Amino acid sequence: MTGHLVLIGSVGVLAAGTFAFRFAGPVLRPRIATRPWVERTMASAAVVLLTALVGTAALTEGHDLAGVARPTGVVVAGLLAWRKAPFVVIVLSAAAAAAGLRLLGVP
Amino acid sequence: MRSMKRTLGSRDLRNIALVCLADGLVGMSYGAIAVGSGLGAWLPVALSVLVLAGSAEFLFVGIVAAGGSPIAATIAGLLVNARHLPFGLAVGDVLGRGLRRVAGSHLMNDESVVFALGETDPDRRRAAYWACGVGIAVCWPLGALLGALAGNAIGDPAALGLDAMFPAVLLALVLPALRDRDVRVPALIGSVVALAATPVLPAGLPVLAALVGLLAGVRRTVLR
Repeated sequence: MTGHLVLIGSVGVLAAGTFAFRFAGPVLRPRIATRPWVERTMASAAVVLLTALVGTAALTEGHDLAGVARPTGVVVAGLLAWRKAPFVVIVLSAAAAAAGLRLLGVP
Repeated sequence: MRSMKRTLGSRDLRNIALVCLADGLVGMSYGAIAVGSGLGAWLPVALSVLVLAGSAEFLFVGIVAAGGSPIAATIAGLLVNARHLPFGLAVGDVLGRGLRRVAGSHLMNDESVVFALGETDPDRRRAAYWACGVGIAVCWPLGALLGALAGNAIGDPAALGLDAMFPAVLLALVLPALRDRDVRVPALIGSVVALAATPVLPAGLPVLAALVGLLAGVRRTVLR
């Protein structure tokens, strides 16, 4: 029973903490974004984080490498995006490439 | 909803719907995996509604299912979610004030942020953020619930290539911003740092470590 309560409490703490992270940005932004270069840097920071997410989500799984199929799918997506293909084509091609390679036994 | 369609157009809404649908499918596998590893169905469903952040939830559920302490799982989840703070600094202007800001904050995730950043017009930024945020807030918990009830809803999401879709979505939407050299250089340096840090740092921290890439931009500004 205690274990159950700890688990429920943990869900609550994670939810509250996550909300605090989410809420802090919009609240702090008007106070921090007083100069154009700060505003620019904050926008760049989001792009830097998202690009790093692309890299880690594409290439790694936990602390290890993600295999071949997933990175290949993401590279296909990158090439199609670079050639300005429609978004739906880009995303579905990435999934199809990864799924197709796995069907052939590529990890 | 009609004004959202007028602001965004049907193509953008279709793109957002695709991402939400994919998240729903991943949510189904998430719910199924959680229940399959012996956890109660309430846990993935409660997390999906209250935390609403997929990668942190996967990590939390994985640690608890493996017999780890819920406190360690909470800390791990918080580390992964810390990136929402800089996200909010970047797109906080789309949320409005008061209750809208509270609700809008909960809808903040990688996808809603990247869809907002992809738009330059303020009205379209706002519409893209809210459409994607609300869509995911519906599809992700719904998927988790269906997966938790069904046990093994769609089998292995990797077989469908769903794991390649998330980075592909982010890449497609972030690429236009990377045409600007002042953004591209910090982003590429940051990605290398994140990848190098992944084997050694706990989940969440490598992505945050990418922010050191911004120093490259600062140096360039100062030198100019």
